[in-house]
Amino acid sequence: MTLEARSVPRFTPTFRLQWEQAQDCFVILYPEGMVKLSGSAGEILKRCDGERTVSGIIGELRRSFPTVESLGSDVTLFLEEAHGKGWIQFV
Amino acid sequence: MEKAGSNSSENGTPPRASCPHWLLAELTYKCPLQCPYCSNPVEIARYQKELTTEDWVRVLREAREMGAVQLGFSGGEPLVRRDLEEMIAEGRRLGYYSNLITSGVGMDEARVQRFKEAGLDHIQISFQASNEELNNFLGGTKSFQHKMEMARLVKKYEYPMVLNIVLHRMNIDQIRDILDMTVALQADYVELASTQYYGWSRVNVDQLLPTREQLENAEQVAREYQLRMEGRMKVIYVIPDYFANRPKRCMDGWGQVFLTVTPDGTALPCHAAGQLPLEFPNVREHSIPWIWNESPGFQHFRGLDWMQEPCRSCPERFKDLGGCRCQAFMLTGDAAATDPVCDKSPNHQRLLEDVERIGRIARSGDTQAKPLLFRNMRNSKELMQESKALLPPSKHRPGPGATPA
Ligand code: SF4
Ligand code: SF4
Repeated sequence: MTLEARSVPRFTPTFRLQWEQAQDCFVILYPEGMVKLSGSAGEILKRCDGERTVSGIIGELRRSFPTVESLGSDVTLFLEEAHGKGWIQFV
Repeated sequence: MEKAGSNSSENGTPPRASCPHWLLAELTYKCPLQCPYCSNPVEIARYQKELTTEDWVRVLREAREMGAVQLGFSGGEPLVRRDLEEMIAEGRRLGYYSNLITSGVGMDEARVQRFKEAGLDHIQISFQASNEELNNFLGGTKSFQHKMEMARLVKKYEYPMVLNIVLHRMNIDQIRDILDMTVALQADYVELASTQYYGWSRVNVDQLLPTREQLENAEQVAREYQLRMEGRMKVIYVIPDYFANRPKRCMDGWGQVFLTVTPDGTALPCHAAGQLPLEFPNVREHSIPWIWNESPGFQHFRGLDWMQEPCRSCPERFKDLGGCRCQAFMLTGDAAATDPVCDKSPNHQRLLEDVERIGRIARSGDTQAKPLLFRNMRNSKELMQESKALLPPSKHRPGPGATPA
């Protein structure tokens, strides 16, 4: 699917997103496996709550990280990747 | 665990002591099924004194504090433990991702619902075969219809669905039917596990080891479904290593990622390691940090210093870590030998000859020469009697509860 500014991503309930103290990062947990997330991936995914729109998420991140360039396209690219992996769905 | 979860450093040398990522809690060796390929030790009858709920809760807590995140409840049949719900809830409270590895026998809808409420993340159901008759024969129990029903409940309660089928000579030719069944049940992951020849499956290897032709066919079918189901159902298929030239990187390194605790509290670096002539610590007497960081059993094959030739000077040693210690011990009598699966091992030829011998049995269709031995307490006791008569006492590891010397 093509991602639109109005799309509303939701973290897929059959995966689990959680902060791991021992790893010092967000991780995605699934049957018998784990993926460690980069800081930005964690920031994006924890906002995929089935309520915020893509543009809402980008706006929020811009306010939190004002110095990051090309933030909008980075977020879009990552969301597409995350969707491909089944980590998020669009409601 | 996936790459991102592994602990290896840049050059592939495992760090001395990392932290356990995976805790496999073998709650009990009781099981209503009797699969002849079961990887449990043949000495299951010896494990009568099981850990209490409080023991387990402490093990869970201590391992979690060290950084363990994946928790598997297994057995035997973990459903036999009536305090399973309590342990799941504790696992959830501690922040584990918890996996229930089960035959489905002993579960009903009320229990699935309680597991959900307690915070269980995932249920993996094993099937013996895709048809009722063979499934029930292999499991020694009428369980097929019940398993189907449980699989549907897993879906209904929105768990990720993992179906596990252990493949061997008697069911591998039905791989297409098996995969069709998993598609129909809408599995998210399918593990086509080649039998690992430890424990009961070793006893039954003459009747279970598939032929090369069977494997080639199975691999082709598995690949076909991997492509066809891409993005919908993940098919995991690993060939049994008796047919490979290089051993597997076993458990991602000894004492690097995995921690197994058996029903009597023995802590092991892998679920098959109990057969090795080493002393392993018991969680009743020692804390998890001590067991992981200090105990001689967990230190024994950590890193690469224990290696002998040809592994010691082999450029591939960082990759496969010399293979599986249990397999080396089983096939050579020396736990520090090169895994005979490797074609550089002086014992490789013998393994090939044995595979060849078994292949001849398979092609002759003679199933009576050595009938299948089903996994149950009675056969366990008999096997222990026999091996006592055959093996010198040094080959026996001390019974459960024995203290390290
Ligand atoms: S493999 Fe079969 S007999 Fe062994 S624990 Fe699993 S269900 Fe029970
Ligand atoms: S000799 Fe040892 S290290 Fe080298 S490939 Fe074989 S098992 Fe691996």
